[in-house]
Amino acid sequence: MATLVSLREAAAELVHDGDSVALEGFTHLIPFAAGHELIRQRRRGLTLIRMTPDLIYDQMIGMGCAARLIFSWGGNPGVGSLHRFRDAIQTGWPAPLEIEEHSHADMAARYQAGASGLPFAVLRGYVGSDLPKHNKKIKAIECPFTGEILTATPALRPDVAILHAQKADRRGNVLMYGIIGIQKEAALAAKKVIVTVEEIVDELNAPLNACVLPSWVVSCVCAVPGGAHPSYAHGYYKRDNAFCMAWDGISRERETFRAWMERHVMGTADFAGYRRSSEAEAKVSSHR
Amino acid sequence: MTVAAARWLRNGSVCFVGIGLPSAAANLARLTHAPDVVLIYESGTIGAKPQVLPLSIGDGELAETADTVVSVPEIFRYWLQSGRVDVGFLGAAQIDKFGNINTTFIGGSYDAPKVRLPGAGGAPEIATAAKEVAILLKQSKRTFVEQLDFVTSSGYFERGGGKGRAKVRGRGATTVISDLGVLISDPATNELVLTAVHPGVSAEQVRNATGWELLVAAKLEITPKPNGCELAALRDLHARTAAAHGGGVGAE
Repeated sequence: MATLVSLREAAAELVHDGDSVALEGFTHLIPFAAGHELIRQRRRGLTLIRMTPDLIYDQMIGMGCAARLIFSWGGNPGVGSLHRFRDAIQTGWPAPLEIEEHSHADMAARYQAGASGLPFAVLRGYVGSDLPKHNKKIKAIECPFTGEILTATPALRPDVAILHAQKADRRGNVLMYGIIGIQKEAALAAKKVIVTVEEIVDELNAPLNACVLPSWVVSCVCAVPGGAHPSYAHGYYKRDNAFCMAWDGISRERETFRAWMERHVMGTADFAGYRRSSEAEAKVSSHR
Repeated sequence: MTVAAARWLRNGSVCFVGIGLPSAAANLARLTHAPDVVLIYESGTIGAKPQVLPLSIGDGELAETADTVVSVPEIFRYWLQSGRVDVGFLGAAQIDKFGNINTTFIGGSYDAPKVRLPGAGGAPEIATAAKEVAILLKQSKRTFVEQLDFVTSSGYFERGGGKGRAKVRGRGATTVISDLGVLISDPATNELVLTAVHPGVSAEQVRNATGWELLVAAKLEITPKPNGCELAALRDLHARTAAAHGGGVGAE
Protein backbone atom coordinates (compact mmCIF):
# COMPACT_ATOMS: atom_id res chain seq x y z
CA MET A 1 0.00 0.00 0.00
CA ALA A 2 1.21 3.48 -0.80
CA THR A 3 1.94 5.79 2.08
CA LEU A 4 1.03 9.47 1.89
CA VAL A 5 4.16 11.37 2.86
CA SER A 6 5.99 14.57 2.05
CA LEU A 7 8.16 14.61 -1.06
CA ARG A 8 11.20 15.30 1.11
CA GLU A 9 10.59 12.12 3.11
CA ALA A 10 9.82 10.01 0.02
CA ALA A 11 13.00 11.11 -1.76
CA ALA A 12 15.16 10.64 1.34
CA GLU A 13 13.80 7.19 2.06
CA LEU A 14 13.51 5.68 -1.42
CA VAL A 15 16.21 7.23 -3.64
CA HIS A 16 19.85 6.52 -2.82
CA ASP A 17 23.14 7.55 -4.37
CA GLY A 18 23.98 5.29 -7.31
CA ASP A 19 20.36 4.22 -7.95
CA SER A 20 18.82 3.99 -11.41
CA VAL A 21 15.92 6.41 -11.45
CA ALA A 22 13.30 7.04 -14.14
CA LEU A 23 11.48 10.38 -13.85
CA GLU A 24 9.12 9.85 -16.76
CA GLY A 25 6.66 12.03 -18.63
CA PHE A 26 6.22 12.69 -22.34
CA THR A 27 6.08 16.51 -22.35
CA HIS A 28 3.06 16.21 -20.01
CA LEU A 29 3.11 15.52 -16.22
CA ILE A 30 6.88 15.74 -15.86
CA PRO A 31 7.88 15.37 -12.20
CA PHE A 32 9.86 18.61 -11.82
CA ALA A 33 9.22 18.95 -8.09
CA ALA A 34 10.65 15.49 -7.44
CA GLY A 35 13.71 16.23 -9.61
CA HIS A 36 14.31 19.42 -7.62
CA GLU A 37 14.07 17.52 -4.34
CA LEU A 38 16.76 15.07 -5.51
CA ILE A 39 18.96 18.05 -6.44
CA ARG A 40 18.35 19.62 -2.99
CA GLN A 41 19.21 16.35 -1.27
CA ARG A 42 22.44 16.23 -3.32
CA ARG A 43 21.96 12.75 -4.77
CA ARG A 44 25.06 11.63 -6.65
CA GLY A 45 25.99 8.91 -9.15
CA LEU A 46 22.45 8.34 -10.37
CA THR A 47 21.67 6.50 -13.58
CA LEU A 48 18.95 8.68 -15.02
CA ILE A 49 16.50 6.95 -17.36
CA ARG A 50 14.04 8.80 -19.57
CA MET A 51 12.80 8.65 -23.15
CA THR A 52 12.81 12.44 -23.50
CA PRO A 53 15.23 14.04 -21.04
CA ASP A 54 14.34 17.72 -20.99
CA LEU A 55 14.76 20.64 -18.60
CA ILE A 56 14.58 18.67 -15.34
CA TYR A 57 17.33 16.26 -16.46
CA ASP A 58 19.33 19.24 -17.76
CA GLN A 59 19.09 20.65 -14.22
CA MET A 60 19.97 17.35 -12.52
CA ILE A 61 22.92 16.74 -14.89
CA GLY A 62 24.18 20.31 -14.47
CA MET A 63 23.97 20.01 -10.67
CA GLY A 64 26.06 16.84 -10.72
CA CYS A 65 23.41 14.25 -9.77
CA ALA A 66 23.97 11.93 -12.74
CA ALA A 67 26.75 9.53 -13.72
CA ARG A 68 24.84 7.88 -16.53
CA LEU A 69 21.94 8.68 -18.85
CA ILE A 70 19.76 6.14 -20.67
CA PHE A 71 17.60 7.98 -23.20
CA SER A 72 16.25 8.33 -26.72
CA TRP A 73 15.85 12.11 -27.31
CA GLY A 74 17.46 14.87 -25.26
CA GLY A 75 16.29 18.39 -25.98
CA ASN A 76 14.22 21.37 -24.89
CA PRO A 77 10.96 20.56 -26.75
CA GLY A 78 10.11 23.24 -29.28
CA VAL A 79 13.10 25.36 -28.26
CA GLY A 80 16.33 23.54 -29.11
CA SER A 81 19.27 22.01 -27.33
CA LEU A 82 19.85 21.25 -23.66
CA HIS A 83 23.03 23.13 -22.84
CA ARG A 84 23.88 21.29 -19.60
CA PHE A 85 23.30 17.90 -21.27
CA ARG A 86 25.54 18.96 -24.14
CA ASP A 87 28.22 20.36 -21.87
CA ALA A 88 28.32 17.11 -19.86
CA ILE A 89 28.66 14.95 -22.98
CA GLN A 90 31.01 17.25 -24.89
CA THR A 91 33.31 18.38 -22.04
CA GLY A 92 32.42 16.29 -18.97
CA TRP A 93 31.15 19.25 -16.91
CA PRO A 94 30.37 19.12 -14.01
CA ALA A 95 31.06 15.38 -14.16
CA PRO A 96 31.55 12.92 -17.02
CA LEU A 97 28.22 11.56 -18.24
CA GLU A 98 28.14 8.08 -19.68
CA ILE A 99 25.33 7.70 -22.20
CA GLU A 100 23.31 4.74 -23.38
CA GLU A 101 21.24 5.77 -26.34
CA HIS A 102 18.22 4.15 -27.96
CA SER A 103 15.23 5.11 -30.12
CA HIS A 104 11.76 5.89 -28.70
CA ALA A 105 10.26 2.64 -30.00
CA ASP A 106 13.09 0.74 -28.33
CA MET A 107 12.84 2.53 -24.97
CA ALA A 108 9.06 2.01 -24.95
CA ALA A 109 9.55 -1.69 -25.67
CA ARG A 110 12.22 -1.97 -22.94
CA TYR A 111 9.88 -0.51 -20.31
CA GLN A 112 7.11 -2.84 -21.49
CA ALA A 113 9.43 -5.83 -21.12
CA GLY A 114 10.35 -4.66 -17.62
CA ALA A 115 6.70 -4.24 -16.70
CA SER A 116 5.95 -7.68 -18.18
CA GLY A 117 8.66 -9.52 -16.25
CA LEU A 118 10.48 -10.45 -19.45
CA PRO A 119 14.28 -10.34 -19.84
CA PHE A 120 14.24 -8.51 -23.16
CA ALA A 121 12.10 -6.67 -25.67
CA VAL A 122 11.77 -7.41 -29.36
CA LEU A 123 10.99 -4.92 -32.11
CA ARG A 124 11.58 -4.10 -35.75
CA GLY A 125 14.16 -1.45 -35.13
CA TYR A 126 17.21 0.45 -36.31
CA VAL A 127 17.38 -0.83 -39.91
CA GLY A 128 20.23 1.12 -41.52
CA SER A 129 20.96 3.14 -38.36
CA ASP A 130 24.44 3.54 -36.84
CA LEU A 131 23.10 3.43 -33.26
CA PRO A 132 23.57 -0.35 -32.77
CA LYS A 133 27.30 0.08 -33.61
CA HIS A 134 27.69 2.29 -30.53
CA ASN A 135 25.33 0.57 -28.12
CA LYS A 136 26.13 -3.05 -27.29
CA LYS A 137 22.71 -3.51 -25.71
CA ILE A 138 21.03 -3.33 -29.12
CA LYS A 139 21.34 -6.79 -30.63
CA ALA A 140 20.02 -8.67 -33.66
CA ILE A 141 17.88 -11.73 -32.99
CA GLU A 142 16.44 -14.30 -35.38
CA CYS A 143 12.72 -15.03 -35.17
CA PRO A 144 12.39 -18.75 -34.29
CA PHE A 145 9.29 -19.00 -36.49
CA THR A 146 10.07 -17.03 -39.66
CA GLY A 147 13.85 -16.64 -39.52
CA GLU A 148 13.59 -12.90 -40.02
CA ILE A 149 16.01 -10.63 -38.20
CA LEU A 150 14.60 -8.48 -35.41
CA THR A 151 16.08 -6.23 -32.73
CA ALA A 152 16.38 -7.34 -29.11
CA THR A 153 17.16 -5.02 -26.20
CA PRO A 154 17.22 -5.73 -22.47
CA ALA A 155 14.27 -4.95 -20.21
CA LEU A 156 14.43 -1.77 -18.15
CA ARG A 157 14.06 -2.30 -14.40
CA PRO A 158 14.69 1.06 -12.70
CA ASP A 159 15.33 1.04 -8.95
CA VAL A 160 12.81 3.86 -8.66
CA ALA A 161 10.19 5.30 -11.02
CA ILE A 162 9.06 8.84 -10.21
CA LEU A 163 5.88 10.20 -11.81
CA HIS A 164 3.51 13.12 -11.50
CA ALA A 165 -0.26 12.56 -11.80
CA GLN A 166 -3.45 14.53 -11.45
CA LYS A 167 -5.05 12.83 -8.44
CA ALA A 168 -4.73 10.24 -5.75
CA ASP A 169 -7.26 9.14 -3.17
CA ARG A 170 -6.45 8.82 0.53
CA ARG A 171 -5.55 5.15 0.15
CA GLY A 172 -2.94 6.08 -2.49
CA ASN A 173 -4.67 4.95 -5.68
CA VAL A 174 -3.42 7.21 -8.48
CA LEU A 175 -5.28 8.54 -11.54
CA MET A 176 -3.64 10.14 -14.56
CA TYR A 177 -5.13 11.22 -17.87
CA GLY A 178 -4.30 13.05 -21.08
CA ILE A 179 -1.01 12.14 -22.71
CA ILE A 180 0.14 9.33 -20.41
CA GLY A 181 3.28 8.42 -22.35
CA ILE A 182 5.23 5.56 -20.82
CA GLN A 183 4.32 6.21 -17.18
CA LYS A 184 2.28 3.08 -16.48
CA GLU A 185 5.00 0.85 -17.92
CA ALA A 186 7.72 2.74 -16.02
CA ALA A 187 5.82 2.30 -12.74
CA LEU A 188 5.24 -1.42 -13.28
CA ALA A 189 8.84 -1.98 -14.42
CA ALA A 190 10.37 -0.27 -11.36
CA LYS A 191 11.15 -1.76 -7.97
CA LYS A 192 9.81 1.32 -6.12
CA VAL A 193 7.40 4.03 -7.26
CA ILE A 194 7.00 7.61 -6.05
CA VAL A 195 4.05 9.61 -7.42
CA THR A 196 3.55 13.31 -6.82
CA VAL A 197 -0.02 14.52 -7.45
CA GLU A 198 -1.88 17.75 -7.97
CA GLU A 199 -4.36 16.88 -5.25
CA ILE A 200 -5.49 14.19 -2.84
CA VAL A 201 -9.23 13.59 -3.07
CA ASP A 202 -11.79 11.55 -1.15
CA GLU A 203 -13.04 9.78 -4.27
CA LEU A 204 -11.04 9.23 -7.47
CA ASN A 205 -14.17 8.66 -9.59
CA ALA A 206 -11.96 7.15 -12.26
CA PRO A 207 -13.78 6.30 -15.49
CA LEU A 208 -13.69 2.65 -16.56
CA ASN A 209 -10.47 1.89 -18.49
CA ALA A 210 -8.80 4.96 -17.02
CA CYS A 211 -5.08 4.86 -16.31
CA VAL A 212 -5.04 4.04 -12.60
CA LEU A 213 -2.05 2.86 -10.61
CA PRO A 214 -3.52 0.90 -7.71
CA SER A 215 -2.20 1.81 -4.29
CA TRP A 216 -0.47 -1.57 -3.90
CA VAL A 217 1.95 -0.93 -6.80
CA VAL A 218 2.89 2.53 -5.52
CA SER A 219 5.39 3.09 -2.68
CA CYS A 220 4.71 6.74 -1.81
CA VAL A 221 2.22 9.40 -2.87
CA CYS A 222 3.09 13.04 -2.22
CA ALA A 223 0.75 16.00 -2.70
CA VAL A 224 2.66 18.65 -4.66
CA PRO A 225 0.27 21.06 -6.39
CA GLY A 226 1.88 22.50 -9.52
CA GLY A 227 4.61 19.83 -9.25
CA ALA A 228 4.89 19.38 -13.02
CA HIS A 229 5.63 23.06 -13.73
CA PRO A 230 6.93 24.21 -16.27
CA SER A 231 5.42 21.17 -18.02
CA TYR A 232 1.67 20.89 -17.67
CA ALA A 233 -1.02 18.92 -15.90
CA HIS A 234 -4.03 18.40 -18.13
CA GLY A 235 -7.12 19.87 -16.49
CA TYR A 236 -5.04 21.92 -14.02
CA TYR A 237 -2.59 24.23 -15.79
CA LYS A 238 -0.94 24.76 -19.16
CA ARG A 239 2.67 24.31 -20.20
CA ASP A 240 4.78 27.37 -19.31
CA ASN A 241 6.26 27.86 -22.77
CA ALA A 242 7.76 31.20 -21.77
CA PHE A 243 9.83 29.48 -19.08
CA CYS A 244 10.96 26.73 -21.49
CA MET A 245 12.19 29.45 -23.86
CA ALA A 246 13.82 31.41 -21.03
CA TRP A 247 15.65 28.24 -19.91
CA ASP A 248 17.71 28.39 -23.10
CA GLY A 249 19.29 31.63 -21.87
CA ILE A 250 19.53 30.66 -18.19
CA SER A 251 21.25 27.36 -18.94
CA ARG A 252 23.57 28.46 -21.76
CA GLU A 253 26.47 29.44 -19.47
CA ARG A 254 27.63 27.45 -16.45
CA GLU A 255 27.70 30.52 -14.18
CA THR A 256 24.18 31.75 -14.93
CA PHE A 257 22.88 28.20 -14.63
CA ARG A 258 24.54 27.62 -11.24
CA ALA A 259 23.44 30.99 -9.89
CA TRP A 260 19.85 30.32 -10.95
CA MET A 261 19.81 26.83 -9.42
CA GLU A 262 21.44 27.99 -6.18
CA ARG A 263 18.95 30.80 -5.80
CA HIS A 264 15.71 29.09 -6.75
CA VAL A 265 16.25 25.39 -5.98
CA MET A 266 19.08 24.99 -3.43
CA GLY A 267 18.04 28.22 -1.71
CA THR A 268 14.42 27.19 -1.20
CA ALA A 269 13.00 24.60 1.18
CA ASP A 270 10.49 22.99 -1.16
CA PHE A 271 8.66 23.29 -4.48
CA ALA A 272 6.24 25.94 -3.21
CA GLY A 273 9.27 28.01 -2.19
CA TYR A 274 10.85 27.48 -5.60
CA ARG A 275 7.69 28.63 -7.36
CA ARG A 276 7.50 31.80 -5.27
CA SER A 277 11.17 32.53 -5.83
CA SER A 278 11.27 31.88 -9.60
CA GLU A 279 7.97 33.63 -10.27
CA ALA A 280 9.07 36.74 -8.38
CA GLU A 281 12.16 36.90 -10.61
CA ALA A 282 10.14 36.26 -13.80
CA LYS A 283 7.83 39.15 -12.84
CA VAL A 284 10.75 41.50 -12.29
CA SER A 285 12.34 40.62 -15.64
CA SER A 286 9.04 40.98 -17.53
CA HIS A 287 8.72 44.55 -16.17
CA ARG A 288 12.20 45.49 -17.34
CA MET B 1 8.47 25.47 -48.36
CA THR B 2 5.65 24.85 -45.88
CA VAL B 3 3.09 25.24 -48.65
CA ALA B 4 5.00 22.90 -51.01
CA ALA B 5 5.23 20.27 -48.27
CA ALA B 6 1.55 20.65 -47.39
CA ARG B 7 0.54 20.11 -51.03
CA TRP B 8 2.57 16.92 -51.17
CA LEU B 9 0.37 15.34 -48.47
CA ARG B 10 -2.63 13.52 -49.93
CA ASN B 11 -6.09 13.85 -48.43
CA GLY B 12 -7.02 10.78 -46.38
CA SER B 13 -3.45 9.62 -45.82
CA VAL B 14 -2.23 8.61 -42.38
CA CYS B 15 0.71 10.81 -41.46
CA PHE B 16 3.14 10.37 -38.54
CA VAL B 17 4.23 13.94 -37.84
CA GLY B 18 7.47 15.33 -36.46
CA ILE B 19 7.37 18.61 -34.53
CA GLY B 20 8.34 21.97 -36.08
CA LEU B 21 8.26 22.36 -39.87
CA PRO B 22 6.61 18.97 -40.54
CA SER B 23 3.83 19.76 -38.07
CA ALA B 24 3.21 23.18 -39.64
CA ALA B 25 3.01 21.68 -43.14
CA ALA B 26 0.82 18.75 -42.11
CA ASN B 27 -1.65 21.08 -40.38
CA LEU B 28 -1.68 23.47 -43.32
CA ALA B 29 -2.61 20.49 -45.53
CA ARG B 30 -5.41 19.59 -43.12
CA LEU B 31 -6.73 23.17 -43.16
CA THR B 32 -6.63 23.42 -46.98
CA HIS B 33 -6.85 20.56 -49.49
CA ALA B 34 -6.62 17.57 -47.12
CA PRO B 35 -9.33 17.84 -44.42
CA ASP B 36 -9.35 14.07 -43.92
CA VAL B 37 -5.63 13.60 -43.39
CA VAL B 38 -5.00 11.68 -40.14
CA LEU B 39 -2.24 13.25 -38.07
CA ILE B 40 -0.45 11.02 -35.57
CA TYR B 41 2.09 12.42 -33.09
CA GLU B 42 4.48 10.16 -31.20
CA SER B 43 3.09 11.35 -27.87
CA GLY B 44 0.14 9.06 -28.61
CA THR B 45 -2.39 11.42 -30.17
CA ILE B 46 -4.20 9.93 -33.16
CA GLY B 47 -6.26 12.13 -35.47
CA ALA B 48 -5.10 15.37 -33.83
CA LYS B 49 -6.67 18.56 -35.23
CA PRO B 50 -4.83 21.36 -33.43
CA GLN B 51 -6.08 24.91 -33.91
CA VAL B 52 -2.65 26.23 -32.94
CA LEU B 53 0.66 24.59 -33.79
CA PRO B 54 2.02 22.60 -30.87
CA LEU B 55 5.32 23.84 -29.44
CA SER B 56 6.15 20.37 -28.17
CA ILE B 57 5.22 16.95 -29.45
CA GLY B 58 2.97 16.42 -26.43
CA ASP B 59 1.03 19.69 -26.07
CA GLY B 60 -2.41 19.47 -24.48
CA GLU B 61 -3.89 20.94 -27.67
CA LEU B 62 -3.00 17.69 -29.48
CA ALA B 63 -4.70 15.54 -26.85
CA GLU B 64 -7.83 17.69 -26.70
CA THR B 65 -8.37 17.66 -30.48
CA ALA B 66 -7.45 14.01 -31.11
CA ASP B 67 -9.80 11.16 -31.98
CA THR B 68 -8.06 9.13 -29.31
CA VAL B 69 -4.99 9.34 -27.08
CA VAL B 70 -3.00 6.15 -26.55
CA SER B 71 0.18 5.33 -24.65
CA VAL B 72 3.64 5.66 -26.17
CA PRO B 73 4.30 1.90 -26.49
CA GLU B 74 0.93 1.54 -28.19
CA ILE B 75 1.61 4.30 -30.71
CA PHE B 76 4.94 2.76 -31.73
CA ARG B 77 3.88 -0.89 -31.70
CA TYR B 78 0.21 -1.10 -32.76
CA TRP B 79 0.08 1.95 -35.02
CA LEU B 80 3.56 2.47 -36.48
CA GLN B 81 5.37 -0.88 -36.41
CA SER B 82 2.26 -2.70 -37.66
CA GLY B 83 2.36 -0.76 -40.92
CA ARG B 84 -0.68 1.52 -40.51
CA VAL B 85 1.19 4.72 -41.35
CA ASP B 86 1.31 5.98 -44.96
CA VAL B 87 3.68 8.87 -44.57
CA GLY B 88 6.41 9.80 -42.11
CA PHE B 89 6.89 13.57 -42.11
CA LEU B 90 10.31 14.26 -40.59
CA GLY B 91 12.76 17.06 -39.95
CA ALA B 92 16.54 16.56 -39.69
CA ALA B 93 19.78 18.31 -38.79
CA GLN B 94 21.60 16.89 -41.82
CA ILE B 95 20.86 14.55 -44.72
CA ASP B 96 22.94 12.91 -47.42
CA LYS B 97 22.12 12.17 -51.08
CA PHE B 98 20.16 9.02 -50.11
CA GLY B 99 17.98 10.81 -47.58
CA ASN B 100 19.80 9.29 -44.61
CA ILE B 101 19.25 11.48 -41.53
CA ASN B 102 21.67 12.63 -38.84
CA THR B 103 20.25 13.96 -35.58
CA THR B 104 22.98 12.56 -33.28
CA PHE B 105 26.18 14.61 -33.50
CA ILE B 106 28.20 16.88 -35.80
CA GLY B 107 32.01 16.87 -35.77
CA GLY B 108 34.38 14.80 -33.65
CA SER B 109 33.33 11.24 -32.88
CA TYR B 110 30.35 9.58 -31.23
CA ASP B 111 32.25 9.28 -27.94
CA ALA B 112 33.71 12.79 -28.17
CA PRO B 113 31.31 14.85 -30.25
CA LYS B 114 31.98 18.46 -31.16
CA VAL B 115 28.28 19.29 -31.20
CA ARG B 116 25.93 16.84 -29.58
CA LEU B 117 22.38 16.85 -31.04
CA PRO B 118 19.22 15.53 -29.33
CA GLY B 119 19.39 12.02 -30.79
CA ALA B 120 17.04 9.61 -32.48
CA GLY B 121 13.61 10.10 -30.94
CA GLY B 122 11.07 8.15 -32.95
CA ALA B 123 12.74 8.64 -36.33
CA PRO B 124 14.68 5.36 -36.91
CA GLU B 125 11.47 3.33 -36.81
CA ILE B 126 9.28 5.98 -38.48
CA ALA B 127 11.81 6.03 -41.34
CA THR B 128 11.48 2.30 -41.97
CA ALA B 129 7.90 1.51 -40.93
CA ALA B 130 6.05 4.32 -42.71
CA LYS B 131 5.20 3.43 -46.32
CA GLU B 132 7.24 6.43 -47.41
CA VAL B 133 9.03 9.36 -45.81
CA ALA B 134 9.22 13.04 -46.69
CA ILE B 135 11.97 15.12 -45.09
CA LEU B 136 11.55 18.87 -44.58
CA LEU B 137 14.78 20.77 -44.18
CA LYS B 138 16.25 24.17 -45.01
CA GLN B 139 18.88 23.64 -47.67
CA SER B 140 22.55 24.62 -47.33
CA LYS B 141 25.98 23.00 -47.63
CA ARG B 142 25.86 22.46 -43.85
CA THR B 143 22.56 20.56 -43.95
CA PHE B 144 22.80 18.71 -47.30
CA VAL B 145 26.17 16.99 -46.89
CA GLU B 146 28.31 14.55 -48.87
CA GLN B 147 29.15 12.45 -45.82
CA LEU B 148 27.11 12.24 -42.62
CA ASP B 149 28.97 12.00 -39.32
CA PHE B 150 26.31 9.55 -38.16
CA VAL B 151 23.31 7.83 -39.73
CA THR B 152 20.64 8.11 -37.05
CA SER B 153 17.75 7.12 -39.30
CA SER B 154 18.06 5.43 -42.63
CA GLY B 155 16.70 6.91 -45.84
CA TYR B 156 17.38 3.96 -48.06
CA PHE B 157 17.42 0.23 -47.37
CA GLU B 158 16.56 -3.04 -49.02
CA ARG B 159 12.89 -3.87 -48.71
CA GLY B 160 11.27 -7.23 -48.27
CA GLY B 161 12.42 -9.62 -45.60
CA GLY B 162 12.67 -13.38 -45.29
CA LYS B 163 15.11 -15.62 -43.49
CA GLY B 164 18.22 -13.93 -42.21
CA ARG B 165 17.07 -10.44 -43.12
CA ALA B 166 15.21 -7.61 -41.47
CA LYS B 167 11.75 -7.10 -42.91
CA VAL B 168 11.18 -3.56 -44.09
CA ARG B 169 7.91 -2.48 -45.63
CA GLY B 170 8.60 1.16 -46.33
CA ARG B 171 10.16 2.74 -49.38
CA GLY B 172 12.32 5.04 -47.26
CA ALA B 173 12.89 8.72 -47.92
CA THR B 174 11.25 9.28 -51.28
CA THR B 175 11.01 13.07 -51.09
CA VAL B 176 12.90 16.00 -49.62
CA ILE B 177 11.23 19.39 -49.57
CA SER B 178 13.52 22.34 -48.86
CA ASP B 179 13.19 26.10 -48.94
CA LEU B 180 14.71 26.00 -52.45
CA GLY B 181 12.94 23.13 -54.16
CA VAL B 182 11.84 19.50 -54.20
CA LEU B 183 14.13 16.47 -54.47
CA ILE B 184 12.77 13.04 -55.36
CA SER B 185 14.73 9.81 -54.98
CA ASP B 186 15.41 7.93 -58.21
CA PRO B 187 13.93 4.43 -57.78
CA ALA B 188 16.84 2.88 -59.72
CA THR B 189 19.72 4.44 -57.77
CA ASN B 190 17.94 5.77 -54.63
CA GLU B 191 19.78 9.04 -55.12
CA LEU B 192 17.91 12.30 -54.61
CA VAL B 193 17.33 14.27 -57.82
CA LEU B 194 16.24 17.90 -57.95
CA THR B 195 12.90 17.77 -59.76
CA ALA B 196 11.44 21.18 -58.96
CA VAL B 197 12.58 24.59 -57.80
CA HIS B 198 10.45 27.13 -55.97
CA PRO B 199 9.52 30.32 -57.89
CA GLY B 200 12.54 32.60 -58.38
CA VAL B 201 15.11 29.91 -57.49
CA SER B 202 17.58 28.58 -60.10
CA ALA B 203 19.05 25.09 -60.34
CA GLU B 204 22.47 26.70 -59.94
CA GLN B 205 21.41 28.19 -56.59
CA VAL B 206 20.27 24.78 -55.37
CA ARG B 207 23.54 23.18 -56.54
CA ASN B 208 25.48 25.80 -54.61
CA ALA B 209 23.49 24.97 -51.48
CA THR B 210 24.16 21.24 -51.74
CA GLY B 211 27.23 19.46 -50.34
CA TRP B 212 27.30 16.80 -53.03
CA GLU B 213 27.28 16.87 -56.84
CA LEU B 214 23.51 17.37 -57.19
CA LEU B 215 21.66 15.62 -59.99
CA VAL B 216 19.03 17.75 -61.72
CA ALA B 217 16.07 16.30 -63.62
CA ALA B 218 16.10 16.83 -67.40
CA LYS B 219 12.71 18.48 -67.11
CA LEU B 220 13.01 20.76 -64.07
CA GLU B 221 9.65 22.02 -62.89
CA ILE B 222 8.79 25.17 -60.99
CA THR B 223 6.52 24.69 -57.99
CA PRO B 224 3.36 26.79 -58.42
CA LYS B 225 3.23 29.91 -56.28
CA PRO B 226 1.23 29.62 -53.06
CA ASN B 227 -2.35 30.72 -53.75
CA GLY B 228 -4.30 33.22 -51.67
CA CYS B 229 -6.20 30.53 -49.82
CA GLU B 230 -3.00 28.72 -48.78
CA LEU B 231 -1.29 31.91 -47.71
CA ALA B 232 -4.30 33.04 -45.69
CA ALA B 233 -4.58 29.66 -43.95
CA LEU B 234 -0.87 29.66 -43.11
CA ARG B 235 -0.93 33.26 -41.88
CA ASP B 236 -3.95 32.56 -39.65
CA LEU B 237 -2.35 29.40 -38.28
CA HIS B 238 0.85 31.25 -37.39
CA ALA B 239 -1.09 34.17 -35.89
CA ARG B 240 -3.17 31.84 -33.68
CA THR B 241 -0.01 30.00 -32.69
CA ALA B 242 1.89 33.16 -31.81
CA ALA B 243 -1.04 34.41 -29.75
CA ALA B 244 -1.23 31.10 -27.88
CA HIS B 245 2.49 30.57 -27.22
CA GLY B 246 3.71 34.14 -27.14
CA GLY B 247 6.45 33.31 -29.63
CA GLY B 248 7.52 31.22 -32.58
CA VAL B 249 7.52 27.49 -33.10
CA GLY B 250 10.85 25.71 -33.12
CA ALA B 251 12.07 22.30 -34.11
CA GLU B 252 11.70 19.05 -32.20
